[in-house]
Amino acid sequence: MSNFSVGFRSNTAIEVLDLNGELDAHTASELEAAIQKCKNEATYRIVVNGANLQYISSAGLGVFMAYIEELRAKGGDIKIAALQPKVYNVFDLLGFPMLFDIVDTEAEAIAKFNHT
Amino acid sequence: MYQLSIPSSTRYLEKVRRFVETHTVEAGFSLESVEQFKVAVDEACTNVIKHAYSGDETRVLDISVILEGNQCTIRIRDDGYSFKPSEYAEPNIFELAKKRHAGGFGVHIMRRLMDRVEYDYDDGINEVRLIKFLDKKSAQNGA
Repeated sequence: MSNFSVGFRSNTAIEVLDLNGELDAHTASELEAAIQKCKNEATYRIVVNGANLQYISSAGLGVFMAYIEELRAKGGDIKIAALQPKVYNVFDLLGFPMLFDIVDTEAEAIAKFNHT
Repeated sequence: MYQLSIPSSTRYLEKVRRFVETHTVEAGFSLESVEQFKVAVDEACTNVIKHAYSGDETRVLDISVILEGNQCTIRIRDDGYSFKPSEYAEPNIFELAKKRHAGGFGVHIMRRLMDRVEYDYDDGINEVRLIKFLDKKSAQNGA
């Protein structure tokens, strides 16, 4: 049984992924499958809502890393919102705020897409 | 000293984190330090599972929490392929993103989160020791 799940919410041309639970080397494949699903449906604008993400290790960060360039090349992006401080700290350790838009709320993340 | 042995599979990482959380909270570390221990130990175990044991689930990792004075050491032992710290290069996230590469940050994270990270190899056994000191701030904010 997995302690991680991804929920999908479509918001016009933007897919919002709700991450729940703990993202580690065991569960990272579920996030990868979720991003693949967006890609297969030609949705390249992704907002990740991390309000219910309790934990992340580098295996989880690696998934974002593996897809970001490809999504940007197709005119999309991954914007990350509502991370808990303990999870944000792990993103920050590797300098992710320089590579990704990481914002406080989902609404801000969606607004960033609408302004680009 | 507290000990846990797990088969070499990522499915046991959550169990390892719960084990580490229980004993570092008990030792009086702040919640921030407890999170740092959990991430560092997870990274160390993931590296053993993926690299030292290359996904062979019949192999075993031994994890120990050792409390001595104000020092907490989490020791991870395996008898797989040895990691050579001298061959490790610090990751550049911009380069890795360009290459669409999904890994290589575990050691960097361990070093950033711990006061000390030590490696040993003796008679076929690899050992990594993740060390953090309990300071007054941790003790006040702890548990």
